[in-house]
This record gives sequence, structure tokens and C-alpha cells, in this order.
Amino acid sequence: MNVWIAIGVTAVSCYAVKLAGLLVPAGVLERPLVKRLAALLPVALLAALTAQQTFADGRALVLDARAAGVAAAAVALFLRAPFLLVVAAAVVVTAGVRAIGG
Amino acid sequence: MAEQTALTDIRPEGRPDAAVVRDALGVGVAVGLSGFAFGVTSAGSGLTLWQTCALSLLVFTGASQFALVGALAAGGNPFTAAAGAFFLGVRNAFYGLRLSQLLALPRAVRPFAAQWVIDETAAVALAQPTRRSVRIGFAVTGLSLYVLWNLTTLLGALGAEAIGDTAAWGLDAAGPAVFLALLAPMLRGGTERAVAGLAVLLGLGLLPVLPAGLPVLVAALAAPVVLWVRGRREGPEGER
Repeated sequence: MNVWIAIGVTAVSCYAVKLAGLLVPAGVLERPLVKRLAALLPVALLAALTAQQTFADGRALVLDARAAGVAAAAVALFLRAPFLLVVAAAVVVTAGVRAIGG
Repeated sequence: MAEQTALTDIRPEGRPDAAVVRDALGVGVAVGLSGFAFGVTSAGSGLTLWQTCALSLLVFTGASQFALVGALAAGGNPFTAAAGAFFLGVRNAFYGLRLSQLLALPRAVRPFAAQWVIDETAAVALAQPTRRSVRIGFAVTGLSLYVLWNLTTLLGALGAEAIGDTAAWGLDAAGPAVFLALLAPMLRGGTERAVAGLAVLLGLGLLPVLPAGLPVLVAALAAPVVLWVRGRREGPEGER
């Protein structure tokens, strides 16, 4: 039951914030500072998420095979590889490093 | 309302529809397939098949789903777990701010479009030069990603036991690789890079000391902080 409560609360709250963003009046968004901020916030959030999912194990910071995988993804991106290949590189290298014993 | 925004409809210099669809499908398919990793993780954390699928159908924002499942597996109570997932989901409101301007959807359509407002649809739509291509990019990414994400969640949950140790397959690296691929094209200027760098420091530095989900929200402050510092450095005229 607890799990269903968590799912319900998460589903409703996550939908609400998605909708809220779309419903903010257009006038607010015409202000240059708001425009600039709205463009930069995703950069900050994605950067923080990428770093956390690469180096976090629960609430501890670790350096493991994921770092090698994400580094491989970065190289693939630099070489302008298609999206699917970038993700595949990360998964394959991570699995490879773990298989070797990293 | 729509006329006030910078974009105009179908312009001759706009990208061909086929190119937009190709980009959108590339992201939709790649990320949609990573729903498999979520299905496996969720089932491995002890959630039932129905609970796992309900998350992908109703929440549909990957980072929040992973966070919720992780918190429940760690024994968190349902409200703390949901709070962490919610904090991660708040960023979608900021995407919505940007997208409502670019998509210029009729008010009646917005509640339906809202469920698709996530990292990937925002990243694809924001990269488009015209309103027509923004709308195509958003719709194609949203539809392909939603369908595939839910299908692969189901498959992952069903196959979780057969796969065994998911970490051995490297599936936990798919998430950060996706985020990195979405982030990379946004890092064009010095301001963007400064924001990203500061956000990484905040996100990692605060991780051990704040409850799950909060460090990412605090890291979002990197954007106003960098803007403020730049504004001061360039003087009152520098603020645009």
C-alpha cells in the first residue's frame, strides 16, 4: 500500500509541475532576464544530474566503471556520433570495465 | 500572443521536416529503449509489475522514477520517497516555461501536452529553428519516447529475473549518458559552461549532506548565480 501511495503522490505532483510550466502567462516570459534564466536552468539541472548519476552511490561519492562509460559517451559525443551510439558506448564500456574487474 | 514571440511560422530557411523527424526519433528511440533499465531496476527493487508500469505510464519522467524506486528500496517512507522524486521533477516546470513560448499551444491542448514535457522533448524542441519544427520535434519525440519507454519498462520488469545482475550489463550508465547527450549541445557559450561547472560542484558537493533530490534543486541556483555575477561584472548596461 505504501508503494501505491508513493506512486500516486509522485504521479500527481510531477504532472502538476509539468502543467504549471506550460500555463505560466506568456507576458512573464517576455522579460529578458526570465528568458535567459529559463534557458540556463536546464543546463544547471542536466549537469548536476549527469554528475550525480555518474559518481553517486546512494549518498556517497564513488569512482567506478560508470565514470569510464560516461567518459566513452563524452568521446562519442565529441566525434558527433548519433544518440543511440552515445548511449550504447556508455553501456558497453561500463559492462566491459566491470567484466575486467574495474 | 503568439505573434509577440521571436519565432515566426514556417520560414523558407527552416529545416526540412524529415530532418527534424529523424533527430526526434533518434532521441525517442534511444531513450525509449532505456526504459528497459528502469523496468529491471524497479522490479529488482521489489516493486510489482503493475507498480513498475504505473510509474512509467503516470509519472513519465525518468530521473524521478529512478529516484522513487531507489528511495523505496532503501526503506524510505512513501512521502519522503515521493518528495525526492518531486524535487527532481520540478525542473520540468522550467522546460515548460520555455516550451509554452516556443510551441504556442492553444490553452485547451496544454493539459494533454504536459505529460510529455521532459528533458528529452525539451532538448529536441529547443534545438529547432522554427515553430513548425519545434512542434514536430516535440510531438515526434514525445510520442515515440512515451510508447517505447512504457513497452520497454514492461519488458524490463518481466525480464528482470532472467537478466540477473543488471550492473554487470552496464545498464546503470545509460541514464547519465542520456543526460550528457542532452546537455552537450547546450554548452555553446562561456555562461552555459560556467553554469554547468558550478552545478556539477553543487550537485556532487551537497549530495552527502542534503536529503535525496535536494542537491539537484540547489544546483539549479547555479543559473541565477552565474547570471548575477556576469551582470555585476558587465555593469548595469551589461544586463540584457
